[in-house]
Amino acid sequence: MSLLSITQLKVHFPTQDGIVKAVNTIDLEIANNERLGLIGETGCGKTVLGMSIIRLLPPSTTIEGEIRYKGNDLLKLTEKEIRKIRGKEIAMILQNPTTSLNPVLKVGDQIAEAIKLHQGLDRRAAKAKAVEMLEAVKIPDATKRANEYPHQFSGGMKERAMIAMGLACDPAMIIADEPTKGLDVTVKKQIVKLMKEVTTQKTMLFITHDLGVAAEICDNITVMYAGELMEYANTEAIFKNPMHPYTQGFLNSLPSMGLKAIKGMSPSLIDLPSGCRFHPRCDFADAKCRTEHPELIEVEKSHYARCFQYA
Amino acid sequence: MKQRSDSRFISFVAQFKQNRAALAGATIVLLLVFVTLFAPQLSPHDPIKACLDERLTAPCMEYPFGTDQLGRCIFSRVLYGSRVSLSVGLIVVGIAATIGVVLGIISGYCGGVPDEIIMRLVDAMLAFPSLFLALAIAGILGAGFINVILAITVVEWTRYARVMRGSILSVKENYYVEAAKSLGASDFYIVTRHIVPNAITPIIVVATLGIATVILAAASLGFLGFGVQPPTPEWGMMLNDGRLFMRRAPWLMIFPGLAIMITILAFNLLGDGLRDAWDPRLRERRRER
Amino acid sequence: MLKYIIKRLILLIPILFLVTLISFSLLFIIPGDPAETILTGPGGGADPKAVEEFRIKMGLDKPIYIQYFTWLESILHGNLGYSYQSKRPVIDTILSRFHATLKLAIVSMIISLMISIPLGIISAIKQYSAIDNVSMAGALLGVSMPNFWQGLLLILLFAVTLGWLPVAGYGDHGDLEHMILPAITLGTSSAAITTRLMRSTMLETINQDYIQAARAKGLSERVVIGKHALKNALIPVVTMIGLNFAYLLDGSVVVETIFAWPGIGLLMVESIYLRDYPMIQGCILFVAIIFIFVNLMVDILYTYLDPRIRYETKE
Ligand SMILES: Nc1ncnc2c1ncn2[C@@H]1O[C@H](COP(=O)(O)OP(=O)(O)OP(=O)(O)O)[C@@H](O)[C@H]1O
Ligand SMILES: [Mg+2]
Repeated sequence: MSLLSITQLKVHFPTQDGIVKAVNTIDLEIANNERLGLIGETGCGKTVLGMSIIRLLPPSTTIEGEIRYKGNDLLKLTEKEIRKIRGKEIAMILQNPTTSLNPVLKVGDQIAEAIKLHQGLDRRAAKAKAVEMLEAVKIPDATKRANEYPHQFSGGMKERAMIAMGLACDPAMIIADEPTKGLDVTVKKQIVKLMKEVTTQKTMLFITHDLGVAAEICDNITVMYAGELMEYANTEAIFKNPMHPYTQGFLNSLPSMGLKAIKGMSPSLIDLPSGCRFHPRCDFADAKCRTEHPELIEVEKSHYARCFQYA
Repeated sequence: MKQRSDSRFISFVAQFKQNRAALAGATIVLLLVFVTLFAPQLSPHDPIKACLDERLTAPCMEYPFGTDQLGRCIFSRVLYGSRVSLSVGLIVVGIAATIGVVLGIISGYCGGVPDEIIMRLVDAMLAFPSLFLALAIAGILGAGFINVILAITVVEWTRYARVMRGSILSVKENYYVEAAKSLGASDFYIVTRHIVPNAITPIIVVATLGIATVILAAASLGFLGFGVQPPTPEWGMMLNDGRLFMRRAPWLMIFPGLAIMITILAFNLLGDGLRDAWDPRLRERRRER
Repeated sequence: MLKYIIKRLILLIPILFLVTLISFSLLFIIPGDPAETILTGPGGGADPKAVEEFRIKMGLDKPIYIQYFTWLESILHGNLGYSYQSKRPVIDTILSRFHATLKLAIVSMIISLMISIPLGIISAIKQYSAIDNVSMAGALLGVSMPNFWQGLLLILLFAVTLGWLPVAGYGDHGDLEHMILPAITLGTSSAAITTRLMRSTMLETINQDYIQAARAKGLSERVVIGKHALKNALIPVVTMIGLNFAYLLDGSVVVETIFAWPGIGLLMVESIYLRDYPMIQGCILFVAIIFIFVNLMVDILYTYLDPRIRYETKE
């Protein structure tokens, strides 16, 4: 049974320059205890998709569709109800640990805050639990560290603190937004290992543009392009048998495959290309791709792709 | 490089045109300049000639703003008063900006001991509340147009020195300055051709806002009795005269005060608009919405 | 921390030196001969003998640099000279007058912060709403409205027309009813500046990632804004208090004159009318030193409030 199911989700931002169509008609299911990777180039709408699940978008945003969590549509909850979901049921580890920790509050207090709120512990108990969480993410000398400020932490430690904060209230689901971005190779490896360990019993949406990291952590992977899902399959299938030309291009751009970047630039989300969103950059595009919009179809069992080659 | 600043200038103008408040400010400023130039033509009466029969007349057709304790037409005096305010504003800002810019260039470009001396001097000047210092200078020198200008200039130059130094420090590291240096260009050439053109816009923004500050300071000095010599009409002094007749003839202090406020408001609007149009950081923030 | 304070104090020495030099050099701009100018009564003409005596008595016959160092030395002993007018020590008069200014400044500051902090916050979180537009227009008017005109309008309305409050004066001990109008005049105009600052720092803060992170934890908007945002946004506002103080001192010149509030601003104006040069010099030097001192306090407070700087300065 799926824990989270997204249907026909559209997220648009009205701006001075036009409507930014960041998420366009997305359907997605995440099963209990599944770790799903969401990959795609920068600016394709991954963070927006993650944020829309816990409704952390500006009030002016227009959101359509359904996001059902344990059967309830999160988009229909009141502000008060969604706050009970955030942090407690679904935790989001935000993209940038350096700027996502409040510089004037102690790290331990920032973790304890959520514990106090959702688990009803008093200050001291919450702080003790926060120290425990820091230990769980393998921060040495956690008692002392809990009383330090974010600027006293290294980049890797900040990421760990963010993870600890996300795990603090033992949420059923975690949305992790690029937790390995900007870390050097050794630290990255440690964080990946940690993420794997702490999420064995959890459901996770793992956002990244690092395919290698996704391969290590995720059971399934979905590929996003210009606000749409282009392909969905289990991790092995994505690597062994990438179907969508965009996925193929993405794989070819990995260092191990020779760093061949996909030609062209990602499209503006204000003026989306007609037909297949990827056609201007696709080697296989023909007249149909330019005018008609392909649907996401199940090409093989549990392997979906949005491309006319398989229609 | 030429092209780069051109395109920036075009977007600057486009941005400014969209800002209604700033356009309103610019319009009022133009109107003030017009009033200043054509005060004799626009005034229904002689601003200095006393007419004792008409003392403290309430506003009417003949005297739109009424008359003062000597029977002088307040409307005409307010129109003429713009001459003192605007000319003090422009002259002080002109001199102060020139001094400040030169010292700022020396400070920013040379660094080292000259920089240290100039900046400590700026710090020391800024330790004095500005009206206190201006008042002390104007008060000791005695009332008069030139003395007012001197007193306010002494306290005003520092802001230009700071801004100029700041922009020079940020421009100095730029590649084209490095390039010019490595090509053996003289210091004078580098400063006049590369550094100043790039650093001058912040100065214009500060100067526009500075005019508002200077006009306010001049009016304050006038109000305290250290402005221009009577009977030259000056808004601050008119307010002070009017204060004694507040109960019987409140128009004496209403209209000059309104004139000061509108003038300062106009320069503030214009300056804010120029700053917003220039500072891309502020512009971006606006677009995010 | 102590080390930081000591460092700051050492950096102040050249500035303090320059400040005394600037205050002293005011003597040079006295038109004509100081002794003669001072002794020239309203009727004109000073007795040359009296002038000569006065010059010797005041040390005005010595070379300039000796005059300066003599003056500097007495300042270091807390002696700012003697009033030409009352013959009493300048410092005594200044201290007794400053008391009134300080009282007014503190009340004005409280009024200013009580208006500007809530208004700035609301304007920021409801950017471009009606309340934001109104308060920003109000702030612009406040910035553009001269203190002395606002003071006069308040007198016209509340004292002259309605008769609720006294026109001017100090009462026996700076009574509240005498303080209300001048404090509102000063407080609202400083609020105009502070509201704009509060709004812009708050706007900057609420767009930060850690604010989103706080929301992601499920915290209520009240905690997100009241704790996470405000703690950051107030730091620059604290620095502003220093500047605000200078602004209030500056404003005290006209406001005290209008309301006959016997503070240092009014003392300054009176001394100028009376050509009491030691008093003028003393006032100028005194307010500058007070201002430097306030800024030092603010700086120390700032390092205490911002952990990033607090720890830097510890090392
Ligand atoms: N509040 C907003 N208003 C307007 N546009 C927005 C807003 N938030 C995001 N966008 C736009 O939506 C698009 C998708 O952004 P998103 O942050 O989801 O990208 P991403 O896939 O997470 O990229 P990255 O890998 O760089 O994090 C971007 O073009 C972004 O500019
Ligand atoms: Mg992102």
